[in-house]
Amino acid sequence: MKSWIAFWNILVKDMRSYYLKPPNISWGLLFPLVWVAMFFIRSGLGFESIPDLLPGVMALSVLFGATSVLSVTVTFEKKGRSFERLLLAPISLELLMLAKTTGAILFGTINAFVPILIALFVADLSAVNWWIMVPAVILVAVSSTFLGLFIAVSVKEVFEAQTFSNFFRFPMIFLCGLFFPIASIPLFLRPLSYALPLTYGTDIIRGAVTGGNVMHLGLDFLVVILFCLFLFFVSLKNVNRKWIT
Amino acid sequence: MQNPIQTSGNQESLIDVIDLTKRFEDVTAVDTISFAINRGEIFGFLGPNGAGKTTTINILTGLSRPDSGTIRIAGQDYIKNPKHVQHLIGVVPDESNLYPELSGFDNLCFCASLYGIRKQERQEKARKLLQDFGLEEAAHRKFGGYSKGMKRKLTIAAGIIHNPQILFLDEPTTGIDVASARQIRKLISDLNSDGTTIFLTTHYIEEAERLCNRIAFIVRGRIARIDTVENLMQLTEGRHIVQFAVSPDSAVICENITTAFPGLQCRTVPGGVFVESSERVRVGPLVRLLEDMGAEVSEARKVRPSLEDVFVDITGIEVGMMKQEKEKAKMGGEA
Repeated sequence: MKSWIAFWNILVKDMRSYYLKPPNISWGLLFPLVWVAMFFIRSGLGFESIPDLLPGVMALSVLFGATSVLSVTVTFEKKGRSFERLLLAPISLELLMLAKTTGAILFGTINAFVPILIALFVADLSAVNWWIMVPAVILVAVSSTFLGLFIAVSVKEVFEAQTFSNFFRFPMIFLCGLFFPIASIPLFLRPLSYALPLTYGTDIIRGAVTGGNVMHLGLDFLVVILFCLFLFFVSLKNVNRKWIT
Repeated sequence: MQNPIQTSGNQESLIDVIDLTKRFEDVTAVDTISFAINRGEIFGFLGPNGAGKTTTINILTGLSRPDSGTIRIAGQDYIKNPKHVQHLIGVVPDESNLYPELSGFDNLCFCASLYGIRKQERQEKARKLLQDFGLEEAAHRKFGGYSKGMKRKLTIAAGIIHNPQILFLDEPTTGIDVASARQIRKLISDLNSDGTTIFLTTHYIEEAERLCNRIAFIVRGRIARIDTVENLMQLTEGRHIVQFAVSPDSAVICENITTAFPGLQCRTVPGGVFVESSERVRVGPLVRLLEDMGAEVSEARKVRPSLEDVFVDITGIEVGMMKQEKEKAKMGGEA
């Protein structure tokens, strides 16, 4: 029970302190919206193209939102040494890192619903399977957050975290089937696509919105869950190795 | 075994450190040190920069792992199960590391929550601590806007909000104004009177002399001496020290003094020299020698030997230099 008091308060503090920080607004909210506007205008297909664009936009919003929050909540606090307070608290490292990442998972999830809210006014979303969509968005948020955690633990400065994040995030826009089918990606790049969790997450969201998933949804869910576990435990190991020297 | 565990008398030890060693690549930061801290005492840990003080604190608080050695806190194996013991520990690091965007009150409440204290209780504790530390008027101001002295006080308050049995204080008065430093020393004394065991690192030797029951001197990762302040001060008995204010001050003066008077020891300090002997020092011949050397002597006064002299004897390190280094490092870190 005592550990959960700590968990809840770390989460609430991060949400209160960091959600409206400039990197989260610019990278987490504005960037995906600008990106969508660009695709929408470029396609010239009008509002009927929105269901096709939506899965990519949602995945993009989650990815940029979740990774941006982590670079602030973890890297910023590590730099200012306030993270030491958390390491000194009598809570397990696993629970501590879950507390630090839950804020980012929620931010990423909320981010995904910003484009949905906008789309609700201009497109017909009656065919969306929300029972698949919601868990898929959460899973994409979890995997993106743990990717952000992996990055945040590897760097020292907030700007390094943002730059290093972009090293992963920008290629993922093109490699993970967000706006272009993986089939259209050059053959030699496809193994890279299938090595990235967002490919599977986007496929699930696409399946939920248009029914146009390429892989079996069960396989998609399984792979994303495995990626989440892998990234979380690697990050934990890195925290243990690098920060408790 | 260079350092057998030393405690004062038969008191119950709260922390036992045995043969603790920590290496960073080729550097041995802490080299098989052993000591025990008694329940209810203020234990001073003194040494120059790079001596291994912060590394030792980091290991004792769980921020670092030793390469070898044993630590028992309240009888529990701390290296195996640090999380089982951390609720007994409060830490005030050398930098005030609370959250700049939170108010003083919110910072204290948040720190209390990390130890599982419920909302009502943590708010009551935070209010009481803000009052006790004279910070109630700044309670709802952001921590980032506090003065250095206020930051230190709030950081100490955050370190004790969960009523730890032992409080680690790393350089609590470095870089703050005299009035705040005095207040903090009183707070440390009061905390100890209330039963909190305190592990204090400082480079202000007079602060350690005034506050601590026992002191360990650490140099190059090894403990040079551990003893009570009284026992350490006894080492100065039979020593006679005279300080000469001399212009210009130079190392040559000391060379000439020790050549002319082989029974004397001499060391240069800014603005003069300290001359020391096991017998009473005759001032007249020394003044004449200094004047013959062309030096202007403006003052000669007897100095009561202090813990600082013991430290210099044991470690061979000039305290003035140590202070300057530490303050420079602190200012650089905060710039």
